[in-house]
Amino acid sequence: MKKTLFDKIWEQHIVDTVDGGRNILYIDKHFIHEVTSPQAFAGLEKRGVPLFRKEKIVATADHNVPTLNQHLPIVDPLSRTQVNTLIENCEKFGIELYGLGHQYQGIVHVIGPELGITRPGMTIVCGDSHTSTHGAFGSIAFGIGTSQVEQVMTTQCLLLQKPKRMRITIDGELQNGVLSKDIILYILSKLTASGGTGYFIEYAGSTIRSLSMEARMTICNMSIEMGARGGLIAPDEKTFDYIRGRKFAPQGDKFDEAVAHWKTLFTDEDAEFDKEYHFQAEDIAPMVTYGTNPGMGIKINEAIPAPVDLGNTKSYDKSLEYMNFKTGNSLIGQKVNYVFIGSCTNSRIEDLRLVADFVNGKSKAENTTVWIVPGSKQVQLQAQKEGLDKIFEAAGFELREPGCSACLGMNEDKIPKGEYCISTSNRNFEGRQGPGARTILASPLMAAATAVMGEIVDVRSLL
Amino acid sequence: MEKFTKLNTTAVPLPMEDIDTDQIIPARFLKATTREGFGDNLFRDWRYNQDDSPKDFILNNKTYSGEILVAGKNFGCGSSREHAAWALYDYGFRVVVSSFFADIFKGNALNNGLLPITVSPEFLNDLFLSIEQNPKTDVIVDLEAQRITILDNGKSEDFEIDPYKKMCLINGYDDIDYLISKKDKIEAFEKTQVIF
Repeated sequence: MKKTLFDKIWEQHIVDTVDGGRNILYIDKHFIHEVTSPQAFAGLEKRGVPLFRKEKIVATADHNVPTLNQHLPIVDPLSRTQVNTLIENCEKFGIELYGLGHQYQGIVHVIGPELGITRPGMTIVCGDSHTSTHGAFGSIAFGIGTSQVEQVMTTQCLLLQKPKRMRITIDGELQNGVLSKDIILYILSKLTASGGTGYFIEYAGSTIRSLSMEARMTICNMSIEMGARGGLIAPDEKTFDYIRGRKFAPQGDKFDEAVAHWKTLFTDEDAEFDKEYHFQAEDIAPMVTYGTNPGMGIKINEAIPAPVDLGNTKSYDKSLEYMNFKTGNSLIGQKVNYVFIGSCTNSRIEDLRLVADFVNGKSKAENTTVWIVPGSKQVQLQAQKEGLDKIFEAAGFELREPGCSACLGMNEDKIPKGEYCISTSNRNFEGRQGPGARTILASPLMAAATAVMGEIVDVRSLL
Repeated sequence: MEKFTKLNTTAVPLPMEDIDTDQIIPARFLKATTREGFGDNLFRDWRYNQDDSPKDFILNNKTYSGEILVAGKNFGCGSSREHAAWALYDYGFRVVVSSFFADIFKGNALNNGLLPITVSPEFLNDLFLSIEQNPKTDVIVDLEAQRITILDNGKSEDFEIDPYKKMCLINGYDDIDYLISKKDKIEAFEKTQVIF
């Protein structure tokens, strides 16, 4: 029987099958953070059951944390309580915590890969929908709710219906100025915000193979924005090279043994998918979103399209009204005062290098406020080591401390009401970056270009 | 978890599509460490202005009430925050009806005794129309029979639910009870597993 990569990993983790077809799926690694874990810990205590496998859990504080003065106590009392609750729970249950001030602290989906915790063939969960990021390593990684966080804490397993399988193949060569963020925004614009619901997606094709690990993470990260539970990419030499030598990766002979296993993780030729899509890299341009879900994206040189369903335009109209855009408008020339470069989608060292390379010798426009929020302490230190901080400083870009920041505005980093923000994050939902904030999703290059020009431009014209 | 068998109540219509969990409960209200109290901030930014004065929104309209929320397709997309299910439940909803649910939300709802019912687009439209014509129309949800009925016009539709999840709802069980009962098998599996 020919199998997909997803089938292989899933089957290797089935503990048992229940009537009705649900699988008890074993989870290899569980990441937790301060927002979706407290109720799960409370649940354990209420039931009076122990934590089952503490060594399989890694914790960090990311959603709530300030991105300035992290060495000082958190000012917001509710955020402080939540972060302190995580510290207390980790101490009480003996869980490894990379909290504020720790050299490994950062956004959960950035630190897992950079520490070598995320590896091919694993099942990985976290109470966060962007857990799909880890799929870039050829693992089954997905977000779960807090009740499921508690399930994994008590039994290291989840009770799940196996999702259907989708493959998205992208072949060809990307145009100059087009990044992996544009690939996923392009796919989203074709499949819509619900086009992947019920599926687990494998990304394949020559374009995907040509991408770095960090670029692949950006793609897998936004699988959830199509409603897919997760996305994954078969591991290859790039994957092995990335993992080699990292803190928690297998070392020496163990690493070679691991690579031998990882090399078995691919989709068999002629294996069947429930759904397939093919796209050509040459068709993809720098993308921007114009609406209030990530499926509402256009190429930068396109106009805002009319609604698909002309019989029911209520949601579309509400969305455009919120953004203060009109059908037929172009986004080129749109004045933008806020630029956010960060989030689990685009806050890794390669993103920062790209931005630094672009702005080197330039400065931000007078009207723009530019925040660069690194994905982790390691990314921040690396950026400083390479002198990127100096470039940002000279350009008037503010390099902050790591966290989720303005992606969801749980800390102080909020975009004011009515303001536009070009953002490298993953969601342009109403109010996501602060009540009344208007988010335009784009790549780090498009964000950097907007920061410099003070309005949206086609970055290709500046390269 | 509370048991769920049958419900007979009026319904609240929210005919918007792609309602994401950031709308259901905005991130800035996720700072609690307990499951209770989220109902006050359900649909916060659609319900209230920044000065806390009420907006023109369905939950502020006294004409509509009930324990069923009827919403457009792709309800619950976006973030995995279970707080969305907690907020709906805490507010008093026991059922959400839509023609399409986002996966994670659906799972979270079922784990909290909030029944997500997927109906056909036609039935959803009937439901919106019926409530519009008579906001006091009762809707009957019979989980045992897997059937939803609009009392005014007698229209009904059968709905699907995973048999295991149905059993859980009817008996008030959750997955943890079940998984804990499988500990032996889980430990046996661990002995055979190599993680690279």
